[in-house]
Amino acid sequence: MFGEPIVRVEDPRLLTGQGRYLDDLGRGALAAAFVRSPYAHARITGIDVDGALDVDGLVAVYTWEDLPGRVGEPLPLLIPHPALTHGRTAYPLARDVVRHVGEPVVMVVARDRYLAEDAAGRIQVTYQPLPVVVGIEKSASAEYLVHDDVPGNVGAFLVQEVGDAPAAIDAAPHVLEFRLDIERSASMPLEGRGVYARWDADDESLRVYSSTQTSTSVRMAIAAKLGLPPAKVEVIAPDVGGGFGVKIVHPWPEEVLVPWAARLLNQEVKWAEDRREHFVSSAHERGQVQFVRVGFDDEGRVLGLDVKILHDHGAYTPYGIIIPIITSTQLLGPYKLGAYRAEVTSLYTNTLIVTPYRGAGRPQGVFCMERTMDRIAAHLHLDRIDVRAANLIQPDEFPYDQGLIFQDGRPLIYDSGDYPALLRKARDLIGWDSFGSLRAVATAEGRRIGIGFACYVEGTGVGPYEGGHVEVDSSGRVHVSTGLTSQGQGHQTVFAQIAAAELGVPISDVQVTTGDTRRFGYAVGTFASRAAVMSGNAIALACRRLKEKALRIAAEALEADPRDLEIADGQVYVRGNPSASIPLRTVAVLSNPLRYAFDEEAQRATQFATGSSPDEPPIAPGEEPGLEGKDYYSPVRSTFAAGAHAAIVETDPDTAEIRILRYAVVHDCGRLINPRIVEGQIHGGVAQGIAGALYEKMEYDSDGQLLNASFMDFLMPYATEIPRIEIDHLETPSPLNPLGIKGAGEAGVIPVSAVIASAIEDAEGFEISAMPISPDDLFRLRRH
Amino acid sequence: MKPPPFDYHAPRTLGEALDALAEAGGDGKVLAGGQSLIPLLNMRLAAPGQLIDINRVAALDTLVREPGGIRVGALARHSRVERSSGHPLLRQALRHVAHPAIRNRGTVVGSLAHADPAAELPAVLAVLGGWVEVASVSGTRTIPAASFFAGPLESALLPGELAVSAFFPSLPPRSGSAFAELARRHGDYALAGVAAVVELDASGAVTSARIGCLGVAATPLVLDLTPYLMASGAFADAVAYVRERAEPDGDIHASAGYRRHLLGLLAARTLSEAHATASSPGPSAHRITGGTTDE
Repeated sequence: MFGEPIVRVEDPRLLTGQGRYLDDLGRGALAAAFVRSPYAHARITGIDVDGALDVDGLVAVYTWEDLPGRVGEPLPLLIPHPALTHGRTAYPLARDVVRHVGEPVVMVVARDRYLAEDAAGRIQVTYQPLPVVVGIEKSASAEYLVHDDVPGNVGAFLVQEVGDAPAAIDAAPHVLEFRLDIERSASMPLEGRGVYARWDADDESLRVYSSTQTSTSVRMAIAAKLGLPPAKVEVIAPDVGGGFGVKIVHPWPEEVLVPWAARLLNQEVKWAEDRREHFVSSAHERGQVQFVRVGFDDEGRVLGLDVKILHDHGAYTPYGIIIPIITSTQLLGPYKLGAYRAEVTSLYTNTLIVTPYRGAGRPQGVFCMERTMDRIAAHLHLDRIDVRAANLIQPDEFPYDQGLIFQDGRPLIYDSGDYPALLRKARDLIGWDSFGSLRAVATAEGRRIGIGFACYVEGTGVGPYEGGHVEVDSSGRVHVSTGLTSQGQGHQTVFAQIAAAELGVPISDVQVTTGDTRRFGYAVGTFASRAAVMSGNAIALACRRLKEKALRIAAEALEADPRDLEIADGQVYVRGNPSASIPLRTVAVLSNPLRYAFDEEAQRATQFATGSSPDEPPIAPGEEPGLEGKDYYSPVRSTFAAGAHAAIVETDPDTAEIRILRYAVVHDCGRLINPRIVEGQIHGGVAQGIAGALYEKMEYDSDGQLLNASFMDFLMPYATEIPRIEIDHLETPSPLNPLGIKGAGEAGVIPVSAVIASAIEDAEGFEISAMPISPDDLFRLRRH
Repeated sequence: MKPPPFDYHAPRTLGEALDALAEAGGDGKVLAGGQSLIPLLNMRLAAPGQLIDINRVAALDTLVREPGGIRVGALARHSRVERSSGHPLLRQALRHVAHPAIRNRGTVVGSLAHADPAAELPAVLAVLGGWVEVASVSGTRTIPAASFFAGPLESALLPGELAVSAFFPSLPPRSGSAFAELARRHGDYALAGVAAVVELDASGAVTSARIGCLGVAATPLVLDLTPYLMASGAFADAVAYVRERAEPDGDIHASAGYRRHLLGLLAARTLSEAHATASSPGPSAHRITGGTTDE
């Protein structure tokens, strides 16, 4: 069961339209819409709402001046860091200055969304435009400032260092220096953000549904903002149509304002983001410029690497500097370098905020490291994989301490891996050593093909903790809950697999609930490829507690030693004597001494039916009624997955079209819970990686207008653009957790830009330094 | 992304539709397949006060083969025309129109009326020298393709007028057609595209060679390349002429220079393919006989 590629139990429901997404809820709720800034940087000089008042069905209009107390304060800076000396966050509604197109200025509530948009369209906001800062170089030049009180537009300056890289480079036999550029993209889930709030005036309690990656933390944020006891706030993540990072940010302005308005109006209020809002009002990622200096020996071993990273974090920093921290640490990949220095300058621009998107800074770091490996190979006329192999951490060197501090504030220590085996498998899977003859055939036909390669290490399963709760009811059904949320990953399946394997019950008896604070109040959230590692292990530990109790109760009933008992197919039985058995559902009944029998099964647990000792309390000291188990998993630090990708790419000599002929992945996420789901995660990740390599880019003009804020012009690839993906696995279990697993959610996306750049470079014979690359880009590069 | 308020009309006859359009005047907009109009409404880029939905006007749901060509009614969907028109160039071009789901709703005449210079069908109508039949309460008129496309997203239709059908002339015997385009993603509007028609005489000599270009000018650009192709081996000169005549704009998807480059490549490819088809013996697939099409 654990380790089997069973089909996803959630798919029939989700694929036949039975899903329950945010906008499927609250049919009768009032609708919110927002007037958002059309300017990238401007001072608000006036707001005239009179025109909206004629709209039949208008309920309320709010500006910043209407927001009381903490509701009107700036949104929280979620992840403070000593290097983030100038962190800034936005007000839920702009107070006086707007700093990016799309920033919310006025909230409108009306009978439905149509009317809310009609009213919003009639509100006149006057602005005094201010100079606009777009682009990393313009920000770094500091000619104009995004925030008056942030000198140089620098939000954070961070150095990560091990050894003396500049000195090592100066002393190296070979030195290369170059610049790399990566453009912005975005998570772009199928379902946008959304919030739906119901206030119960009599109970003074609030129920909020949010399309979020962290319902527990949204709950704490709303309780704090609205001055409610957390016990009076329930937050539920219903089915969520994708997150990919953007929905870990919280509280969004709308997550504060919609519940606030619902309480104030004493009516249900809902806001479902539309696609245009998502483009300009949620978050983007990726944009960086990197200046690389590397020194190496004749075998291509890196003696010193010095990288200066300019990171564009947009107009505000609600999520801190997690992305550049990850870039600057995960850049090292599977390699041991002589010395390393990364210097991050995190800059403000008048563009949408930048927060983690699947990969979260890793694609940029891997692009840097892997482009560096290719350039070293080219400089020395060595095979590109051989150069990588010369730099690898060896299997006997784990745990391997890279000497840096990772995003969880803990040392960057790799727990396990076999990087040489990864390289070998990937080299074989793509046919690296026979590519020469393939190319000869293509060349003879007038075609241009190239092969590329890249590897990565991904820190997954970051803390601090997750919990699991498991309960067997008197019908034998197993209810598993965990506080973190699901966005389509297949948690209902893999958590059920874990519980079924631990408890010895059929998987069809297991029901899984995620992201519902009514069921589990303490949790962190779904991000950083952590759900399987964190909640998976917590659920396993909770199951072990439940099992121990079940065996104890069954042992009494069967008059056997608990150590002789086993559970299989929902029956507890004496090992070697299957006829001496008791169903788990009966154990559940017996676990809860009853006064009242509500059905036939329950009669067995009533006071005149049990044979319990009259001199002992029905519940022994230290025991609890019910067949439940609850536990938490809190790791000392992250566990590190790894992989190697390779691709063969064809570039059209005439049209400069770029086509991926083959794409191969070798992936190591420790023990596999469900290979089918891991492969699905890899497929999706690689697709998003190809998107970032060849298609997607946020096209801001110099006024800060996003020119491609629709799916017509933002080129998210279709299935037709994604090649078949060939996958091989390697399993090096993590020694850090009971199940030996590592995260897999983000892996697929991480090295794709590096692989595709490597392959195009190989096909074309000139350096590729910027991604994504379009046919037009390639056409222009050819002419230079 | 919800449309602004509008009055909705659902006429059942052409007469009712024209009355409603006449009453709406400049404030009226026709809804057929809705594949362009509905997004424009939802993004509030268009705000017509009167929406005249012609989907119930059965008389417009026609696809008729006539002597000399195919007449496509205002409600004929792309997918039906692709399947059943019998016109090789229409079939070749329609394969490139967006995706099957969109082709199942969108209409050929609607695409023409939308007059997007990057769309396939305007270039096809233009290179074939076809026309659009237009009706209003005051009568009907025929607008040749050459004057139907007035500018980007601008047709010669006047307020109160409905494009009731489009006529695509068939190709003569010993002719060949080809269509090619390049788009960033499968089904996207093309960066550049070419519809080519080559006609030969009995000896196999080129008597006519025309291309209709999309995505490289404000309206479909039709170029007569006959002189170049009459001189055999003059493809390079034809390509140079095509690149010289195109006036593409650069945008976020491609520079003007790249579009011009592509256009030349596509012109050469389509001319070559059309010429090869025209030269190949066998039954002419291009003759269209009269009557309603079978599907």
